[in-house]
Amino acid sequence: MADIVPSDKGGAAKYADSLTKYIVVYVVILILAGLQFVIAYSHLDGAQMFLRMLSLAIVEAGLAVMFFMHLGSERRSFVWFVGVITVFVLLAMQYSWTDSYRMEMGVPGANYKTGTVQ
Amino acid sequence: MSQADMTMGVHTAGAMAERPFAIPTKKLAMWLFIIADAATFAACLVAYGFLRNGTPNWPTPFEFSPTVINAMVMTFILVTSSLTMFIAMRAAKLGQKSTAFNWTMITAVAGLIFAVLHLREWMGMIHAGVRLFSNPWGSGLFGASFFSITGLHLTHVVCGVIALVAVGLRYKGGRYNSDDLEVVGLYWHFVDLVWMFVVPMVYLLNVKH
Repeated sequence: MADIVPSDKGGAAKYADSLTKYIVVYVVILILAGLQFVIAYSHLDGAQMFLRMLSLAIVEAGLAVMFFMHLGSERRSFVWFVGVITVFVLLAMQYSWTDSYRMEMGVPGANYKTGTVQ
Repeated sequence: MSQADMTMGVHTAGAMAERPFAIPTKKLAMWLFIIADAATFAACLVAYGFLRNGTPNWPTPFEFSPTVINAMVMTFILVTSSLTMFIAMRAAKLGQKSTAFNWTMITAVAGLIFAVLHLREWMGMIHAGVRLFSNPWGSGLFGASFFSITGLHLTHVVCGVIALVAVGLRYKGGRYNSDDLEVVGLYWHFVDLVWMFVVPMVYLLNVKH
């Protein structure tokens, strides 16, 4: 059955504010992305580099979600709905990290010789 | 059953129901899809991280030129396309139909340029000897993870370009309204958002020092 709900005309209010704010967000995202490239060439160990890059990526993503995707302007209940589900699922995937450091022979398919997968 | 249900019939009673979270159902559906797709990409990246941690001879082959420079350009194009898509959505919500259509098409062209640059990079990697299960530098898992993650993202970009053109043309023709453009815009912003994680995890952690 066709969606007979009318267009979300109330949504126009969310887009009526100045474009300057969103251009500033765009520039900030570009700067944060540039910082990731700088971190890549800094003399940090792998874990530090990963954590810093991931933190910047999360901030960039947050800005994109809240401003470009306008999640920040939606109802608070919807923001919680999206945020809690997404964060829970992402965190639930992280339980297996410690195993990757404990395998004596590495992961299946890894080998110590340069070349093909066994 | 309410008075409205009894007089209007059950099949039209939905018109009286409050929209969930006060947003159109198609927008809610897109958000649900985005959550599911975010989980998919996160699973791919977590699996990649697990493989990288557990592989002693993981190669770090990416030179500044051309790979990292290419990644910078691609990032700039995709982030800029998010801005152009936002401008298109804004124009659509404010009733500026032709402006909205033009910016949507600019976004689609930016996506196309991104896809071409990405394919050009793939050709360079293949020419350097990287295959799905082998490469000249280290563990064969490198190629498998690189091509699968970037390939999945590239597929999303290409589908996004097709969707932008299709929805943009229908919007211009009057079949779709600003809500439909907003929904495809959400998808496009999500594609950009994923790239913000792919670049550091897949490219920048594997640069050659």
